[in-house]
Amino acid sequence: MDIVKCTKVTKTYRQDTVVVRALSGASLSIQEGGFVAIAGPSGSGKTTLLNIIGGLDYADSGRVVVDGNVLTDMSQSALAHLRLHKVGFVFQAYNLIPVLSALENVEFVMLLQGVPPAERRERAKAILDDVGLGGMYDRRPAELSGGQQQRVAVARSIVSNPSIVLADEPTANLDSKTGASLLEIMQEMNEKKGVTFIFSTHDKMVMDYARRLIYLRDGRIVEDKIRNG
Amino acid sequence: MSIDLKMAWRNIWRHPRRAILTMAAIAFATVLLVFMLSWQFGSYDTMINAAVKVHTGHLQVQAAGYHEQQNMHLVVPDPVSVSRLLDDIPDVAAHTARATAFSLVSSHERTYGVAVRGIDPTKEAQVTTVGQVIRQGKYLSDDDAAQALVGGLLAKNLRVGVGDELVLLGQGRDGSIAATVVQVAGIFSYGQDELDRNVIYIPLPYFQEVYSMQGAVHEVVVLGTSLEAVPRIKRSVSAELKTIDKKNKLVVLDWMELMPGLIQSIQMDLISGFIMYLILIIVVAFSILNTFLMVIFERTREFGVFMALGTTPGRLTRLLLLESTTLTLLGTAMGIVAGSLVTWYFQVHGIVISGTSEMLQQYGLPERMYPQLSTLSIAVGAGLVLAITLAAALYPALKVRRLRPVEAMRAV
Repeated sequence: MDIVKCTKVTKTYRQDTVVVRALSGASLSIQEGGFVAIAGPSGSGKTTLLNIIGGLDYADSGRVVVDGNVLTDMSQSALAHLRLHKVGFVFQAYNLIPVLSALENVEFVMLLQGVPPAERRERAKAILDDVGLGGMYDRRPAELSGGQQQRVAVARSIVSNPSIVLADEPTANLDSKTGASLLEIMQEMNEKKGVTFIFSTHDKMVMDYARRLIYLRDGRIVEDKIRNG
Repeated sequence: MSIDLKMAWRNIWRHPRRAILTMAAIAFATVLLVFMLSWQFGSYDTMINAAVKVHTGHLQVQAAGYHEQQNMHLVVPDPVSVSRLLDDIPDVAAHTARATAFSLVSSHERTYGVAVRGIDPTKEAQVTTVGQVIRQGKYLSDDDAAQALVGGLLAKNLRVGVGDELVLLGQGRDGSIAATVVQVAGIFSYGQDELDRNVIYIPLPYFQEVYSMQGAVHEVVVLGTSLEAVPRIKRSVSAELKTIDKKNKLVVLDWMELMPGLIQSIQMDLISGFIMYLILIIVVAFSILNTFLMVIFERTREFGVFMALGTTPGRLTRLLLLESTTLTLLGTAMGIVAGSLVTWYFQVHGIVISGTSEMLQQYGLPERMYPQLSTLSIAVGAGLVLAITLAAALYPALKVRRLRPVEAMRAV
């Protein structure tokens, strides 16, 4: 079953007087449980595509369907609801909430979902243990290394049981060893929980981990290949 | 503590210096308002108590219409019954009867039109300050008859001194000519020209005889135990009067009805005070507005992340309002504590405004003034600061609603 289906998606940005065409009719389908990397040079439209799939931005034209929801027809608040329940995000700059501890950062999404406090705490601790951060519950982001912060971000993205996790250059700020261990964690989550992962990257290592690799250039998909069988 | 409250608290202390400065500005405004309002309320009490002791008392029993017309035929016919009634009312501290007639007063050299007032020397001294403002000669005693107290300016105009004689010529209650010669027993000065230039006091029994009052008076003046007791006394006296005044000819007037000018000047003072306070709070409100606009600019990216995680704009606004409310409440609470302590200190020790004591004494005011800390001054002072600063924080909090996640997360 397709968890994501994009049909002829276009997006144009205007920066002062310059018009930037980020996506020029990109179409793709991603199946449930996929571990997919979208690769391409800077400015090829990777992040824009991810933002549109995640409901953070609207496409100018075309149709985007995520887990049965037609995003192109949805209001801002409906998109916020979709992001809360269906989509997890991992950002290049980690983007944890600085005033909350690791545990509270993970709990926050469940708080928004209305999960009762005791269950929230229990699930947050379990997922932090899964990503190897047991015993670091009370540390604030500033007290964690880049790799540890990104693990908290991964924990936060999957704790709410989303349909897909969108990871925008998740390893770009990490050294290769830390990056590899993070990818292993995500791979494990993908295999164990069946969560679909979609990465944007130009990191060779991420591409090596992906089971499907989509190349984007000038806002168009130029190559789409299945790897490792 | 909920995560929302934790976040609000921690966000406040992300910039401790800024948080402290903002809270200090709110606290300062609250201190100033609590103190100034207490000072105003305290000085009004002092002013009213001083003013009622000059002449009107807290309340007066008069014939209906007398206050407006000052017609000498409108009398309280049986002041003894009214006095007896007042003796039984618990909050009444003292009372006295008075009569007034407008007459010509002549010395050897000059003649003026004045208000001649008949007073009960002993009882009058318990109700008003007339006994304390005798500058020359002596105050009247109950045995005196054809003796008079003359205002300082009037004595100067008539060119008379203590021991000199004055001729009074007026009309009696029955229409007859009222004429007598009185000797100046003392010269008083309130420092209020209107009284010092136009009033002569003579003993009430002598007045009643000269002006053919047949035992009647024009006003029974009442001094209550406190200003707060006045409405209670008024209710009791009004109710009791019905038992002796079957024809409903007597009325009870309180100090506000007797001195409408005083209450108007208090209202004016309050209004001008409030305008000043409003300006002060608006200045503080701008500092709050600035603080929270800075917060929005600095944390735009963070708000973008909140939105990406699925936080609705409404919830984000609530989070920011919780932060501003916590900060404002803290500042106001500090202001209430500090303001109450400062006001309480001056309430105990008083404040002498140097160089003005003589002027104040002229008006019967004490040289030391005391602020009056009350729930009202705290509630109004703190409430005003709280309301306006919270309103100022509303704009930045609502501004967040216009953010879009992608643009917000691009912010540096």
